[in-house]
Amino acid sequence: MVMTEEPEFHVLAVDDSLLDRKLIERLLRTSSCQVTTVDSGSKALEFLGVHEDDSSSPDSSPSVSSSEGNHQVVEVDLVITDYCMPGMTGYDLLKKIKESSSLRNIPVVIMSSENVPSRISRCLEEGAEEFFLKPVRQSDLSRLKPHMMKTKLKDRTRREEVVEERGGERRETEIEPEASQQQHHQQQQLLSNNNTTKRKAMDEVALSPDRTRPRYADIAAVV
Amino acid sequence: MDALQLRRQLIEYTAELFSEGFLDEQFTQLQQLQDENNPDFVVEVVSLFFQDSERLLNELAKSLSQQEIDFKKMDAHVHQLKGSSSSVGAHRVQRSCISFRDFCNAKNVEGCLECLQKMKHEYSLVKDKLETFFDLEQQLSTTGGSPPPP
Repeated sequence: MVMTEEPEFHVLAVDDSLLDRKLIERLLRTSSCQVTTVDSGSKALEFLGVHEDDSSSPDSSPSVSSSEGNHQVVEVDLVITDYCMPGMTGYDLLKKIKESSSLRNIPVVIMSSENVPSRISRCLEEGAEEFFLKPVRQSDLSRLKPHMMKTKLKDRTRREEVVEERGGERRETEIEPEASQQQHHQQQQLLSNNNTTKRKAMDEVALSPDRTRPRYADIAAVV
Repeated sequence: MDALQLRRQLIEYTAELFSEGFLDEQFTQLQQLQDENNPDFVVEVVSLFFQDSERLLNELAKSLSQQEIDFKKMDAHVHQLKGSSSSVGAHRVQRSCISFRDFCNAKNVEGCLECLQKMKHEYSLVKDKLETFFDLEQQLSTTGGSPPPP
């Protein structure tokens, strides 16, 4: 399978305005990002595979098995969200992401049409990487790549470490052998159903939701 | 009219829209996002703006006609309209939203009513202008003329 055309980064964009979603999607696509758009913070969390009530539980059962349809746990390299949204604001979403053991390493960017310094500093203090004033321009997006690269490089290094490790001792894992085999089958099924990037419904499914744990790429989780 | 004349007309018309403040730099940004793979991007986004505006202007009128005026709700609506107009570069509509918001915050109903009329007026003006703009573009493309760069 040739992967040369594959976009480098997958961005999840959150905005309650259809117009703004269309705009941010186009902007991100011109930066060669794969884009998923959702219209609310709760849908964003759902997409990220987190249920609001168990944001930081080290639950060993993978969240994907409970969701039906196409919402698998996917790899997201950046979340860009509007601040002012009904229900869950962008700030609330930011907090939930940073409180989640599985998601906290995902860089989050906030967008707002209002230039309110206290709002901006609050978001940055909570862990947002950037704060963009709307309307967002192409030039703003060039500031995103470094954040997404940082996470990617960290993950790549960790992955390499895993490969080395596997040469030697048995790996510690919270998953029982049966469960991990079953999940491998699940992954294969999901992968074959999916025509887009290879980075879908992977490792995050097989292991505990904690993103700081090493992740498998195409390596079978056979123990 | 031939392609060359149409092209000139389009350029002049566009320049007018900018100099008279109907459109601002954001509209140019939209044009730059359009390409052969996304040839209708600007029209699509502007259509969304038209839809948003019509809905929100109606909502504002409805809110202002209530016995008990919900200023918070109106603020939310005008915030959305301000956002949409800003996202497409409809500068004068955006500015009128800002004025409305001030009246709304001051709970000045008379001010809001007057401002709403202004907003409707600005919206209908820019809608007209944009429709003419798209029409000229369409005519130009029909004659096989090359579109001027944004």
